[in-house]
Amino acid sequence: MKNYQTLDGNEAVARVAHKINEVIAIYPITPSSAMGELSDMYSAKKQKNIFGTIPDVYEMQSEGGASGAVHGALQAGALTTTFTASQGLLLMIPNMYKIAGELTPTVFHVASRSLAAQGLSIFGDHQDVMGVRQTGFALMPSNSVQEAHDFALIAQAASLQSRIPFLHFFDGFRTSHEVSKIELLDDEVLKSMIDPQLVAFHKQRALTPDKPVLRGTSQNPDVYFQARESVNRYYQELPAILQEKMDKFASLTGRQYSLFDYVGAKDANSIIVLMGSGAEAVEESVHYLNAQGKKVGLIKVRLALPFAHDAFLAALPKTTKAIAVLDRTKEPGSSGEPLYHDLITSLFENKEKLDFAMPKIIGGRYGLSSKEFTPAMIHAIFDELDKESPKNHFTIGINDDLTYSSLEYDQEFILDNKEQFEAVFYGLGSDGTVGANKNSIKIIGTQTDNYAQGYFVYDSKKSGSMTISHLRFGPKPIQSSYLIQKANFVAVHQAVFLEKLDILEIAKEGAVFLLNTPYTKEEVWERLPRVSQEHIINKKLKFYAIDAYSVAKKSKMGSRINTIMQTCFFAISGILPQDEAIKKIKDSIQKTYGAKGDQIVAMNFAAVDNTLENLYEVEVPRTISSTQELRTALKGDLDSFAKEVIARITEYKGDSIPVSALPNDGTWPTGTSQYEKRNIAHEVPVWDSEVCIACNKCVSVCPHSVIRSKVFDSSFLEGAPENFQYRKAKGSLFGEDEFFNISVAVEDCTGCALCVEVCPAKNKSQTNLKAINMQPQLPLREEGIELWNFFTSLPYVDRERLDHTKVQEAQFLEPLFEFSGACPGCGETPYIKLASQLFGDRMLVANATGCSSIYGGNLPTTPWKKNAQGRGPAWSNSLFEDNAEFGLGFRLAVDNHTNKARDLLERLSPHLDSTLVGKILSAKQTEEKEISAQRARVEKLQTLLQDMKQREAQELLGCVEYLVKKSIWIIGGDGWAYDIGYGGLDHVLASGKNVNILVLDTQVYSNTGGQQSKATMTGAVAKFAAGGKAAMPKDLASMAINYEHVYVAKVSLGANDKATLKAFVEAEAYDGPSLIIAYSHCVAHGYDLRYGMEQQQKAVKSGLWPIFRFNPTLASDGKNPMILDYKEPSIDVKEFMYGETRFNMVEKMDKEAAKEYLTTARYTAKNLYKRYTTLQNQFNEAGE
Amino acid sequence: MIDLTTQYLGHTLKNPLIASASPLTKELGSIKKLEDYGIGAVVMHSLFEEQINHEQHQLDHFLHNSNHSYAEALDYLPSDIDFTNIEADDYLEEIRRIKESVDIPIIASLNGVSSGGWIKYGRKLQEAGADALELNITYIPTSLSLDSSQVEELYLKTLRDLKEHISIPLNLKMNPYFSAPAHMAKKFVEAGVSGLTLFDNPVEVDIDLEKLIPLHKANITSSKDKSETLRWCAILYNKLEVDICANTGIHSGLDLLKALMSGADVCSFTSVLLQKGEQEIEHILKQMLTWMEEKEYSSTDQMRGSISLAHTSNPDVYERNSYIGALQSFQR
Repeated sequence: MKNYQTLDGNEAVARVAHKINEVIAIYPITPSSAMGELSDMYSAKKQKNIFGTIPDVYEMQSEGGASGAVHGALQAGALTTTFTASQGLLLMIPNMYKIAGELTPTVFHVASRSLAAQGLSIFGDHQDVMGVRQTGFALMPSNSVQEAHDFALIAQAASLQSRIPFLHFFDGFRTSHEVSKIELLDDEVLKSMIDPQLVAFHKQRALTPDKPVLRGTSQNPDVYFQARESVNRYYQELPAILQEKMDKFASLTGRQYSLFDYVGAKDANSIIVLMGSGAEAVEESVHYLNAQGKKVGLIKVRLALPFAHDAFLAALPKTTKAIAVLDRTKEPGSSGEPLYHDLITSLFENKEKLDFAMPKIIGGRYGLSSKEFTPAMIHAIFDELDKESPKNHFTIGINDDLTYSSLEYDQEFILDNKEQFEAVFYGLGSDGTVGANKNSIKIIGTQTDNYAQGYFVYDSKKSGSMTISHLRFGPKPIQSSYLIQKANFVAVHQAVFLEKLDILEIAKEGAVFLLNTPYTKEEVWERLPRVSQEHIINKKLKFYAIDAYSVAKKSKMGSRINTIMQTCFFAISGILPQDEAIKKIKDSIQKTYGAKGDQIVAMNFAAVDNTLENLYEVEVPRTISSTQELRTALKGDLDSFAKEVIARITEYKGDSIPVSALPNDGTWPTGTSQYEKRNIAHEVPVWDSEVCIACNKCVSVCPHSVIRSKVFDSSFLEGAPENFQYRKAKGSLFGEDEFFNISVAVEDCTGCALCVEVCPAKNKSQTNLKAINMQPQLPLREEGIELWNFFTSLPYVDRERLDHTKVQEAQFLEPLFEFSGACPGCGETPYIKLASQLFGDRMLVANATGCSSIYGGNLPTTPWKKNAQGRGPAWSNSLFEDNAEFGLGFRLAVDNHTNKARDLLERLSPHLDSTLVGKILSAKQTEEKEISAQRARVEKLQTLLQDMKQREAQELLGCVEYLVKKSIWIIGGDGWAYDIGYGGLDHVLASGKNVNILVLDTQVYSNTGGQQSKATMTGAVAKFAAGGKAAMPKDLASMAINYEHVYVAKVSLGANDKATLKAFVEAEAYDGPSLIIAYSHCVAHGYDLRYGMEQQQKAVKSGLWPIFRFNPTLASDGKNPMILDYKEPSIDVKEFMYGETRFNMVEKMDKEAAKEYLTTARYTAKNLYKRYTTLQNQFNEAGE
Repeated sequence: MIDLTTQYLGHTLKNPLIASASPLTKELGSIKKLEDYGIGAVVMHSLFEEQINHEQHQLDHFLHNSNHSYAEALDYLPSDIDFTNIEADDYLEEIRRIKESVDIPIIASLNGVSSGGWIKYGRKLQEAGADALELNITYIPTSLSLDSSQVEELYLKTLRDLKEHISIPLNLKMNPYFSAPAHMAKKFVEAGVSGLTLFDNPVEVDIDLEKLIPLHKANITSSKDKSETLRWCAILYNKLEVDICANTGIHSGLDLLKALMSGADVCSFTSVLLQKGEQEIEHILKQMLTWMEEKEYSSTDQMRGSISLAHTSNPDVYERNSYIGALQSFQR
């Protein structure tokens, strides 16, 4: 009996790869991470491969490391695989040459993804795969989830026989993340395909001292060339071997594949050749167009390299007159992309074999970075082929108004497949919409005869992000490898989306519209924007509504409306009879939540029942009554770039931006997040001036810089809004006539409440209130905007007046990092903000790829900003692995510019005021006042230089700003600093150069979804440490201290904000490398982050996060450089650890392991304290 | 040879000493110690339904709450995990282990919140081998609209439901704040309890003046706190078909003698064991036996209830407020 399952491409591949390998070495990278994680989970659950053993799954420190481990395991005779994508694949290139050069069978499974060029992209195209064509790996694409499942096996079988390593790839996200109903391969098929004799041959070639041989020789001019040519026949034989395996596979499963599969009219004139998920859309379109009388066809490439010329020619219809070769990649400056080249070569080298006229051949690029590839575009390509002189080297799907490469297409053209039901759901990241829809499509896929497909789109923010779920199902296999264009069912799970977006534009005539709304049956219609009412009336939509949050509350579900909206979908879409649908939902709830306790199951059951009682149909009036227009995406004083580009991206219209409007070198303006008023917080903090003690702690911890304080004199109060609160400024620093205010940017707040928890002041009459309290945002919004606008018009306190080493005073400094897309309650961003306050106006930031590069640089808007003088952090992200080196490069360049400027100044000195020159050249510039004085001197110098004729003067003008000290910051997470970038980090620390390294240590790979790093604490559950991490974390600080010339600080803002601030100031002042390791709480830790700072305190008090500063400057002054900022552990580690799910879930899995982890953690806490006090004593003794 | 054997909740105890629910009765190691020092029975550390529910919700929430928000991180913690300790499985396993390793009766203790929860966990505890079940129901009726009869019915319903579904004897740890404790005791017995512990000793509330927050503090009692225990043991003795356990303020062998004489069948110890350790059991037993030897008592049964309300010549001491009693004695 056929076994159908509904799963995504990554799972489809992992299920096969885990069954037919013995060793799996990986490193997480989007969008391939899930394959490694699933494999790890299978092994953790002791699932065996077809050889009867449990594969060893090992997470490495980088893709370079993973490929090295794969190479080693293969050499030692294990069947070995890895999963990767994008830059990760590029890091594997050196080993890929070796693996192929040594004729080693293996399959690398790649969820293909764009490469970082002018910008990074996590989305899908073939740039990574085409970047390794030269390595000797065979390239085998699959076009769908089913094919990815099948080809994972076929590639392995062919590799074992041919000895050529395979790169099996499928489109990142479109296939890797698409949930699709597929027929699963059973173990018998796997066993039949994997020939034991070939496995034995592989093992016989293993390096073993029992039959010693030597590989990896160093070869010289006499033999290297010949040896390199010795493998040719293996590549020549490969296509036939692969076809044989495909045929065998067909005999076992009934699914026949060929090296080139032709689909379409037998007498087709126009042919598209391509590979990847786009082929599915082309196939669907070909059938449609041929039914309309066209004669078109498609050749799906199954083996991209080596290119099997004969097989290609055999697949090509003899009636072919024109061919469009589509590459999902870009090779700037080339005369065409790889598949186009291969095809041209194939046809021209074999033109004698052609028994028909040489067809026209054009090449085109499509779908970069998961750009949509739709039937409309395919239609346009076929139309182009009909032309006498079709455009070669075209692009499709964009508007190239610079080099005019793009083809125009009819955006209204869609394939109206009436048998296919199409539903879209608009949800909020945190409301469970995507999870519920994955569940729904699995129910439809597995519990009905329908074929089913689910695809999920996320936006660029980590907080308050909108998700769009695209669900299709129908009686035939679904080949629509693009987003739904017109839907039978539209669900809006957050009514606020309707205020900003014309969502119902997507609804088909007569479609069903489901809305989650807080309004009553009587109010709901009137609350809709005009455009929504228009669609509902004009398209005769059936309109249903529910107040899902009330139902959730009643069902004790908190703010999770997933089960409720899922129930609504089944109740009104008519996919299944209602009773049957409800039963299936409940079965699914039991399956999903059963392991998490009866209470959870009961709660969800109650939600289902309550939903049915509260769902209602809205009677649609005949006329439009609303005058409410859609809200604009950006607010404020926008320049033309913000209007034409940033606003359009924010409005989800980025696809329509023409090439000419975009920066060609990846340069973007800073400070644009201020225009994007996202209004995502249900509650925002409200300041109570009567209770406030003006400590500024709320300002300090705010992850999104939405809480700020200023001090101003009474003259500024003129014109203040009525409710603008203020109080006399505290402290000797401020005068009698100066006032203090704390304001909140209510539209930018994410509602995390960290500020409330950290506030030390309590209302004397009501101790449940503090000086800052959360209140519902909506009633406060309008007034809040007015208050914030007034606040921003007030000046910041003069930087020179403030003592930057005092927490309260430092928080009056303007943050030059604001309103990022980081998670609510983020533990990293307060540190970044602090750095920007202290040094932002002279800061260059090298940012490792990770969370901080995403919330710091993910389009459309940017949180790094300029001050009123136009100065601010200049920021860039190079790669994940090279960030320390990248930042060192900044240092070298800046030093070079500075030295040049100093040299020129010295040369010009006779012509200038010698006192001024002397002061500029001897300025220390360690403190704000000195920096400020130097700026003034340099400005004066600039004025003088402008009037000077000397060539040196003009040259100096070009670099004179480098006479003011620049502050180089190298920022990244623990994944970078402890693992992938550690080699470079170590080198930069050793260099002695003046750079400041900030490690935002969440003890886990936060950005890619919580894989363990070497910073992961003992006992913490993480991906690849599913049972809890047994080993102790690496002590990066100790390693750096060993150099003795590195400033090292381990800090925790929640535990000791004074020491944290001092560390930043001291690190920056230190003329050498500085390393700050900053405890950063994170959503991956599994608790309510409003208590993040409290948990930080506990981490320090328990001794698991020692805080200290090691300042070599003190040693040079004869003082002890080691300053401990914490005391002997005073609470048990459990008190800290068991406040977080990452630790306490172990107790629910394995009580004995949990005990052992606690024992190890207790030892670690004690040991660390001993280590650092001993170190301190050693330096004391050395001083004596 | 003095006979200390005592019948309690259908079991024959070698003596009337019981260790009540506390951290000392959490794990096999310390329970074994208590047995070695001579304890007659042990009430296991309480299983808190509320805590189990809370942990389930927390786990469910934090395993999923940030999922599917951002394309690179569709989840943060591995969630496809076979949890083996979600429904107090470790507690149940510990009961099984303890039952295999000790000879004394093990009384499970349950602190529940929902009617379904009492039954579910009551059954599980019975299945795990508990010899009896102690219920810890101290409901704090903060609502202004809830009257005393409604509160009393909550207790009684729980007991009736539970009695219907489990067969091991039920013991209720009664709180001292009912308007008519004797009547309530009667109702509890009618609802099916086989034992009453006098009394539940609620966690203390205090205020932290630095942090301006209310605090919970462990309620460590002393020998001075046994007054109400003795009073109600004396009042209830022999009036109901129920075993009585004296709980609050029993700290020494002499306290134990007083409690038995007032009418208690057994005495349970918490604070004194937490303060002095498991070995204190030996000392309490010795003190009691020495006294009994000196006074030539042959068994605890002989003294039980000998100074109860029914058997004393000074019932006023139990019946009257001490001030009025003092006045009356003055008049006499």
